[in-house]
Amino acid sequence: MVEFFAERFNYAVVIILMMTGLYVVFSSSNLVKKLVGLSVFQTSVFLLYISVGKVAGGRPPIVEPPHHGEGEAVTGAAAATAEAGHGAETEALVGAEPSHGAEAAHGADAAHGLAPTAPAPAPAGFGGDIPAPDHMTPDGVLDAVYSNPLPHVLILTAIVVGVATLAVGLALVVRIRETYGGIEEDELHQGDLGAERA
Amino acid sequence: MTPEIAFLPGWLVQHAPPLLVVTPLIAGVIAAVLPSARASWGIVLAITFFAAAMASFIAMQVMEVGVWSYALGSWAPPLGIEYRIDGLNAGMLLLVAVIGFLCAIYAPASVEAEVAPENRSAFYGAFLICFAGLLGVAITGDAFNVFVFLEISSISTYALVAMGAGRDRRALTASYNYLIMGTIGATFFVIGVGFLYMATGTLNMADIADRLQGLEGDRTVQAGFAFIVVGLGLKLAMYPLHSWLPNAYSYAPTLVTAFLAATATKVAFYTLIRFVFGVFDPGFGFAGLSMIWLIAPLAAAGMVVASFQAVFQSDVRRLFAYSSVAQVGYMLLGVGLGTAAGMSASFLHLFNHALMKGTVFLALGAMWLGFGVTRITDLRGMGRTMPYTSAAFVIGGLSLVGVPGTAGFVSKWALLVACLDRGWWWAVLALGAASVLAFFYVGRVLEMMYLREPPQHDGHAVTRSPAPLAALAPMWILAAANLVFGIWADIPVRLANAAAAAVLGSAP
Repeated sequence: MVEFFAERFNYAVVIILMMTGLYVVFSSSNLVKKLVGLSVFQTSVFLLYISVGKVAGGRPPIVEPPHHGEGEAVTGAAAATAEAGHGAETEALVGAEPSHGAEAAHGADAAHGLAPTAPAPAPAGFGGDIPAPDHMTPDGVLDAVYSNPLPHVLILTAIVVGVATLAVGLALVVRIRETYGGIEEDELHQGDLGAERA
Repeated sequence: MTPEIAFLPGWLVQHAPPLLVVTPLIAGVIAAVLPSARASWGIVLAITFFAAAMASFIAMQVMEVGVWSYALGSWAPPLGIEYRIDGLNAGMLLLVAVIGFLCAIYAPASVEAEVAPENRSAFYGAFLICFAGLLGVAITGDAFNVFVFLEISSISTYALVAMGAGRDRRALTASYNYLIMGTIGATFFVIGVGFLYMATGTLNMADIADRLQGLEGDRTVQAGFAFIVVGLGLKLAMYPLHSWLPNAYSYAPTLVTAFLAATATKVAFYTLIRFVFGVFDPGFGFAGLSMIWLIAPLAAAGMVVASFQAVFQSDVRRLFAYSSVAQVGYMLLGVGLGTAAGMSASFLHLFNHALMKGTVFLALGAMWLGFGVTRITDLRGMGRTMPYTSAAFVIGGLSLVGVPGTAGFVSKWALLVACLDRGWWWAVLALGAASVLAFFYVGRVLEMMYLREPPQHDGHAVTRSPAPLAALAPMWILAAANLVFGIWADIPVRLANAAAAAVLGSAP
């Protein structure tokens, strides 16, 4: 039981943050606090994506020059044997560039990012249509295990979106305060009702 | 893909899909920093015209040749980002681009009356960025890319709605609420995409669809589906997630209301269809079931309840905002049927609704420009004081009710037939009830406009004051389209059938 939750620690945090954020958005009547809640909610999603991208024992996804490859093969050995079956099926690299291929292979690992041991072989859906990445030796053994970089890139974009939303939201709150003289929802409502009667 | 349009340069033809999106995006930034609002408007007009031309070219190409797949930066699709245009989104692109162009013609009349001078360039910039975002959502074949474009268009929309503050300060709170709801919607969507990515390891929509085969019972996929449907439901104002829409539509500048009503919810609706049918196909057990047990009943409830609410509104734009929520119900009902006929009817209604709401909101905008009216009682005698605008409004209104001879009739009829085919009598009843209610709320406005005397001012009736040509021209183009497509429904029906075929064809 404890192990079950310990393995999913990240996800528990994600869920707690997500619910906290949403709750603040709906329960708070202060416009700035609502925006804070919204930010917490969005941040939980960033964490979710990043957790997915983590591959147990994975290194930063930087393809090493060939002469470093020898040493890495030893550390990555456990994972490499697990991946061997998968690698053997894959066809030769079809015109894709190195970093591109690397993303593809580790996309498969994303689903298993949480597994505490070395990544399991890719699911059946991951058949021969994935080109073999450059860091595989000719006999289909992985030199090293990398974390999946794609979620990080996606989240960089999502962070930018979140910042833009927050900026627009805060700008609106500033304007609302200038016009209404307050940032509490019920005050605004009263103000509008007053204006309606006048 | 060998496009053969001789008069266009080769690079333009070859790279048409990304240019369609990138040009307005870059031009939006330029328009925002120009010191002169007139110059910004010139850019908006030129770019939206360019986009409309490109979108028609792309649509013709897709109709003739079939699916057009463009790999961005030459990264091959399953890994790189793909722009993918088929029968479904070719029509969407055309709709957004043409409505954008028509709104651009009307823009200066609205902007000069409603937006503070120092904000005008920024307004045009935000308009173009919103336009680019909507086109981007419609064109892309990459799930995460949809999120990014959805937010590009939404964030600029929040700014556009808030620009109505010069006229009515409630625009600010309307925009704020829209921002909160819209962001929650977008975040739900991105959570859903994250679940799909966990289950499949890919973000390309066609690729996700392939890999979802055999994952029917997977909880991750089901959770992803739920998050995506709720997220997009918020964006498209699916009843009961529509609470942001009436205020946003009532207090935004008139131009923004017309543009949003005709495009933004439509694009979100398209995205929902794309995900439900293109990614999770409806035969996929739970997706099909949720269509029948969740979407269709909510759609029917939305149609009736929102129409009912519309009848009791006193603000005329708010009335038609509630009507928009009801019309979204019509479209969702067609989709909920899950049949080819229902899907085709739904798309037909999507196009026609864009035409009628475009007409209605442009006409209401012109009336506001002429007399500053927002309440229904202020519209007394408008048929005499603004005859041309009122006539266009009548056409849009009748089309909304579904009077034979208008576009609205064609699509409601198609929807009715589709419901009967499926044997859904309750849906037919809901359709009937909503149409009767539509007759009441439109009739209430028309009665005010034609059967009441114009208000007296110093003892004489207010003089005639026709709307400026810049407002009349786009309004009448849309009104004429309502009539033309009501009688010769051939082109929209072909587009809608192509869309339905593209959607259901991708499902095995």
